[in-house]
Amino acid sequence: MSIAVHNIHKSFGAIKVLNGVSLDFPKGELVALLGPSGCGKTTLLRIIAGLERADEGQIILSGTDASDKDVRERHVGFVFQHYALFRHMTVFENIAFGLRVRPQSQRPSEREISGRVLKLLDLVQLGWIKNRYPAQLSGGQRQRIALARALAVEPQVLLLDEPFGALDAKVRKELRRWLRRLHDELHISSIFVTHDQEEALEVADRVVLMNRGTIEQVGSPRQIYREPSTAFAYSFLGSVNEFRGKIEAHGVRVGTDLLPHVTTGFRAGDDVLGYARPYDIEINPGDANAAGVAAKVNRILEAGVMARVELVANGPYRPAKLDYFEAELTAADLADLKLTVGQPVRITTRRLQLYSGVDRSVEV
Amino acid sequence: MLFSKSHRVLPGFGLSLGFTLTYLALIVLVPLSSVFIKTSGMDFARFVEVVTSPRVVASYKLTFGASLLAALINSVFGLILAWALVRYTFPGRKLIDALVDLPFALPTAVAGISLTALYAPNGWLGQFLEPLGIKIAFGPAGVLVALIFIGLPFVVRTVQPVLEDLDVEYEEAAASLGASRFQTLSRVTIPALFPALLTGFSLAFARAVGEYGSVIFIAGNLPMVSEITPLLIITRLEEFDYQGATAIASVMLIFSFVLLLIVNWLQGWTSKRSGKGE
Repeated sequence: MSIAVHNIHKSFGAIKVLNGVSLDFPKGELVALLGPSGCGKTTLLRIIAGLERADEGQIILSGTDASDKDVRERHVGFVFQHYALFRHMTVFENIAFGLRVRPQSQRPSEREISGRVLKLLDLVQLGWIKNRYPAQLSGGQRQRIALARALAVEPQVLLLDEPFGALDAKVRKELRRWLRRLHDELHISSIFVTHDQEEALEVADRVVLMNRGTIEQVGSPRQIYREPSTAFAYSFLGSVNEFRGKIEAHGVRVGTDLLPHVTTGFRAGDDVLGYARPYDIEINPGDANAAGVAAKVNRILEAGVMARVELVANGPYRPAKLDYFEAELTAADLADLKLTVGQPVRITTRRLQLYSGVDRSVEV
Repeated sequence: MLFSKSHRVLPGFGLSLGFTLTYLALIVLVPLSSVFIKTSGMDFARFVEVVTSPRVVASYKLTFGASLLAALINSVFGLILAWALVRYTFPGRKLIDALVDLPFALPTAVAGISLTALYAPNGWLGQFLEPLGIKIAFGPAGVLVALIFIGLPFVVRTVQPVLEDLDVEYEEAAASLGASRFQTLSRVTIPALFPALLTGFSLAFARAVGEYGSVIFIAGNLPMVSEITPLLIITRLEEFDYQGATAIASVMLIFSFVLLLIVNWLQGWTSKRSGKGE
């Protein structure tokens, strides 16, 4: 089933949570709603499910307006962050619940119910725990049962609210892979909400990046990561180093230092915000008069495949506050540089993404 | 093994167990056992005669019957009241919340007198009920009204915190799976509240069985009709028939104990079912 939302507005009291959100979710895709907490992604998901009413705007399910339909009539499967499994029912009964509450005329026979539940238990690879109670399961098992329960009613859409949010790192990773595989088997249109960019980029076909009740960018994980269209998108997807300054002919003037860069598309004197990933930072030791932003080596972290160097700016870049930069480089490169803590260096960037204006949509 | 020595985070298991048992013995067991010791002074035939006399049996029926019925009614309306207090915000909610505790705090005699004033044939409510042929004060119905009054807070106060902890998510999950409102309530919400409801029920019941002060004013205390067992015990004491009084008391004690044991067992069973018994 295709899902579309048109111009959704929602406020809770004086707080505007969604501000004119319009989106199309094509059939059969696994879409991630990604954003920091409070960006409205869960509210949007709940509005699509019918658990929340929008103040304004439409929800179109399979081409028909479902804005006024109750959650019972929307045929969506909803998976909650904290599973919401019925504690007084066994795993089997939890999954069978959606079938048992059907009106008599549509209710499958006891044998059909049993067959369907056992098939779903096989699908989530948990056939052996059907007689247990939710309290006796691990978090990962509970979430898989919650998913099986949602699938039992053969929903046209699967909506997952932070499905792995309450799980530990290792289980999360396993379940992510498992969800992707499940989606490839079932091809059911699915939307999941997450604040974890790694999770969104790894699992989804498409990522919708949200911030402050609006959509920042929609695209494939590759597009979102490689071609972030806004400063917020760039800063949200991975760690960044931030340079603020004014455009000059051969670069960006950061405080008194010049950061060399091609500045086509900007006029001299424009205020700009520049972002660079840690692996795009170059450290030039030695020559104090070379180009680049002046900084001091603060810490050298050699654990991990890539070594990291933390630098602190000593230029009058933002006087009230120390500026930290992070560079990522191979152990061999680090050895070549022969850095010591406290050593003055110059920083340049291999790749720098420039955004105009100083007003920033988010604090990094 | 009951007394096996194992390592615990907090020391003092032996001390606290000893203290608990001593305390319990002094406060509960010794006074209760004196009832049985006193009773054992009479011979068995006499004991049977006293505790099975028609007037005493009628009082058992009234006391336990009215208590069970009152506890059941309280379970239903206490649940509704707790629901309204937890799930909705309305002006005066805090006030109603405080009012619920009033039957705890009010001297039971005051409750009895005011209920009697209300339901007596010439009382505020009684004058309207009387022409309809409904007689509440000075009859078994009066006993029931008094017992409902004093038992209500037990149900509300045990269900309320559990309901507060019960996430709306469960109801949303049920609705998203296609359950109607009634199905959600009967298959998801009530079963989740059932252990707490059972606790509230047993507390309200236990309180009702032992209630004396409020009932004697409104009951009319007619032998065979509206005379409760505690009153009968007092009557025996006033006649200096101590053995008769303790004989009736001991039967009541055993009855109550067995009933509470059954409720306890039910509770254990339901909480194991919900997986919390592990």
